[in-house]
Amino acid sequence: MQKINRDHKVRNYHQAKWDEPIIFELHKSGERGVTLPPVEEEITNNVGDGVSAIPLEMVRKRKPNLPEISQNRVLRHYLRLSQETLGAAFNVEIGQGTCTMKYSPKINETFASSPNMSELHPLQDESTVQGMLEVMYKLDLCMREISGMDYFTFQPGSGTQSLFTMASIVRAYHEANGEGEQRNEIITTIFSHPSQAATAAVKGYKIITLYPDKDGFPDIEKLKAAVSERTAGFVVANPEDTGIYNPRIKEFTKIVHDAGGICYYDQANANGLLGITRAKEAGFDMCFFNLHKTFSTPHACGGPATGALGVVDKLKEFMPGPLVEKQGEKYSLNDCLKNSIGKVRSFQGVPQTVLRAYAWVRALGAEGLKDVAKIAVLNNNYLYHKILNIQGADAPYIKGKRLEQVRYSWEQLTKETGVTTDDISRRMADFAHHYWSSHHPFVVPEPFTLEPTESLSKADLDEYIASLTHISHEAYTNPEKVKSAPHNSTIHRVDEQDYFDNPEKWCITWRSYLKKTNKTEKINS
Amino acid sequence: MNKQKKTAHPYIPNTVPEVQEEMLKEIGAKTIDELFDGIPEELHYKKDMNIPKALSEYELRRYIEGILNKNINTKEYLNFLGAGCWNHYVPAVCDEVNQRAEFLTAYAGDPYEDHGRYQALFEYQSLMAELVDMDVVNVPTFDWAQAAATSIRMASRITGRKEVLLPKTIAPDRLKIIKNYCSPQIECVLVDYEEDSGQINLNDLEDKLSLNTAAVYFENPSYLGFIETQGQKISKLAKSFEAITIVGVDPSSLGVLAPPSHYGADIVCGDLQPLGMHMNYGGGQSGFIATHDDLTFIQEYPSRLFGIAPTVVKGEYGFGDVFYDRTSFALREKGKESVGTQTALWGITAGVYLSLMGPNGIYELGKSIMQKSQYAMGQLGNIPNVVASRFESTNFKEFVVDFSRTGKSVKEINQYLLANGIFGGKDLSEEFPELGQCSLFCITEIHLKEDIDRLVSAIQDCIDSIGSSEERDGVHAKN
Repeated sequence: MQKINRDHKVRNYHQAKWDEPIIFELHKSGERGVTLPPVEEEITNNVGDGVSAIPLEMVRKRKPNLPEISQNRVLRHYLRLSQETLGAAFNVEIGQGTCTMKYSPKINETFASSPNMSELHPLQDESTVQGMLEVMYKLDLCMREISGMDYFTFQPGSGTQSLFTMASIVRAYHEANGEGEQRNEIITTIFSHPSQAATAAVKGYKIITLYPDKDGFPDIEKLKAAVSERTAGFVVANPEDTGIYNPRIKEFTKIVHDAGGICYYDQANANGLLGITRAKEAGFDMCFFNLHKTFSTPHACGGPATGALGVVDKLKEFMPGPLVEKQGEKYSLNDCLKNSIGKVRSFQGVPQTVLRAYAWVRALGAEGLKDVAKIAVLNNNYLYHKILNIQGADAPYIKGKRLEQVRYSWEQLTKETGVTTDDISRRMADFAHHYWSSHHPFVVPEPFTLEPTESLSKADLDEYIASLTHISHEAYTNPEKVKSAPHNSTIHRVDEQDYFDNPEKWCITWRSYLKKTNKTEKINS
Repeated sequence: MNKQKKTAHPYIPNTVPEVQEEMLKEIGAKTIDELFDGIPEELHYKKDMNIPKALSEYELRRYIEGILNKNINTKEYLNFLGAGCWNHYVPAVCDEVNQRAEFLTAYAGDPYEDHGRYQALFEYQSLMAELVDMDVVNVPTFDWAQAAATSIRMASRITGRKEVLLPKTIAPDRLKIIKNYCSPQIECVLVDYEEDSGQINLNDLEDKLSLNTAAVYFENPSYLGFIETQGQKISKLAKSFEAITIVGVDPSSLGVLAPPSHYGADIVCGDLQPLGMHMNYGGGQSGFIATHDDLTFIQEYPSRLFGIAPTVVKGEYGFGDVFYDRTSFALREKGKESVGTQTALWGITAGVYLSLMGPNGIYELGKSIMQKSQYAMGQLGNIPNVVASRFESTNFKEFVVDFSRTGKSVKEINQYLLANGIFGGKDLSEEFPELGQCSLFCITEIHLKEDIDRLVSAIQDCIDSIGSSEERDGVHAKN
């Protein structure tokens, strides 16, 4: 036996490629994936076929054109599609800075799928959901410790919906003080998530966007110039996408408070801060955490998810209801908030996510939560240090330590090789890595934003760094290889522009594709 | 003395001290605390958080399962609650697919990492499009309420108008969400319903329609369970004022009920929860929006829309984002409302469900529900002084039962049912006080005849029971 050489520096990877048809192409007339319990004869004898009662104009004339497929084939189809998806569980998950996923413990899935969670109806009598209410109440208490806020709601279904809820609370607060009309501006920053600006605009606010100063912090002089009697609120993340903690944050919140505005904090990602520093002491009136980021719950291809939203006491009356309360040993739902904004999501939001997050907090304890922040920051600084040594890569703004993430730039590499951050993104897929550039607009040229979280080992980080180093080297020696990527993915480069931005050509459903392709053939023939 | 070495936390590999030292050396730092020097001293949280110490996996299982065991679930008790979250059968394949770690933990990959996610969501859009018989469906939104609110905002942007008409029978909680999403720009005006049938009062609708009306929104089946049969007339009226017709729909009805596009809807929305999602104490809700393939409408979607396209290799399907430059991802506050994480996994699951059911399964689902709900209404209506259904219209899976003449309140009846292992209907006496002691019951394909019979006999027993018997006898005497 000779030793098998495993010396390669980057992963020798190829994604699954099943060449699976579109599900409609699997149709075979007469096949069936699942059957229903038959209706008892006594019922049929009693009421007939049921559907004859439908007024004629409301009867569906033709059955929907759904495919008929056996159970085995449906399952196989979706299992194959799942294999063509790189979930965070498979991946050295670093590449979605600002929103990187961490490890989602499997034990929490057993809780989420237990009938005592999944088979609860949201309108059951409170006495029959005491366990569920207890979980929500106890996670609220933990969140208060972590943030310094006074009350939490778990109703928002995401970070974006949390931001929308906070903008709604800001509006309700000023309206209650008779300043609803006058205070019509919300201030945010360019390095914040697009939803901060977008949701405030949905609530009717004019948006003022602060750009960074030379060190990468939101420009404090610009903030001073922006606040006025029109200021309704200020929303910001800290650190922002640069990973640099703004040390003057208390001055920022004071400037806004002095002008009569509310300060709300985007803590969707608080990986670098748990147990280290809190929203309250920095002067914020509200904050939220994404349970599907900082608190480990799986992102599920983009939801269902939860934003845990906390407020200081003076804003409690504006929260969406109901809130969970405890009297003696009994938990109950209180929907009697005086100036409540109403609701933002049906029922109690996404309680299975609240359950998972609570289990995660209990698996870590106070000390473990602080370790999360410490190791997330250690991992990030290690990655940062290594990436600055890669040819063509840099990180703008002040040098020195960063917290949980960094926005980097390939500006130099692009100038020298013509290879762009988008090219590198596709090439990273060839080594089983996710890699994200940045939200738009690209304030940092040729950006990429990485965040390792606490979940990865040094060996994981080294693998990701080796892949970036390898691709940088390729860019300088064989740029075509990078530009023509991916080579090892399920599919090759998609013809993007024409088919996604031209109304004549885009097909958002299979039936639309069939219509438009037949038309093309007719035109051609 | 032996200093006990700290065990690495299973979720945090680099809690191993030797690794930390190695990494710190590489960075050029002495301690991890040094890495936090950028945070001002006064903002460092010096106290210990009051959160109990870490539990091992076994302890955690004991503890969490102990809490969950305090719940009583709908497998243990017979459930007749609906009101926006419905107890349907979830095929095992749905759970298998959405619990796959690939889908469960995926997030923001592009088509070169997540081809399968894109294809599954494109297929969901396509399957749902067949159910509603329209050409465009979005990647799912949060829930029915938010999908309705976005549909209304789309209509407002298209028409440039600032008022929407909605039926008074809408679910109050849904209306709260819609109002919150519409304010301060759009005003919600409620249209009366016919007292006997629950149907929209067309005279009132006509009175309230104007050139300020962006849209008329109504539901099928309505929140109170009956089928709104005047769809064609309503959409015609809306059109005569150049307003947009939006219909919210329960998709489980669309095997037997005409899809709203057949009676003039321009935008259709609703909830995917009946299509393969467990109730999850409300966590199974998921909204959808559908329109025709019309640029005027498509450019107003805030949501992601996945499209199909060729790749550079012949014979390969590729996918991507259609018209990305309308979204807030591309344009921040200048984009259409906002987009972000919503409920994509439930979209994939609904696709699995529709593939399993096929055209015949969806038809049988609707038929079976209608037979069983009619049977239940008939049996409940046979109990003296119980009126089922309160409205003289055809119902789908939900119906209003009026207990006003029994001398018992819905609350009393539900407490009796609870004591007998049954979750009774949703008490409407606070939401719709004009209806008196009414309750909204939900019957689906999961209810067997014996379940319905048990409900009926328990209600009969409750009404017969001592407590309010004098009042009941009084009613009998009057009769």
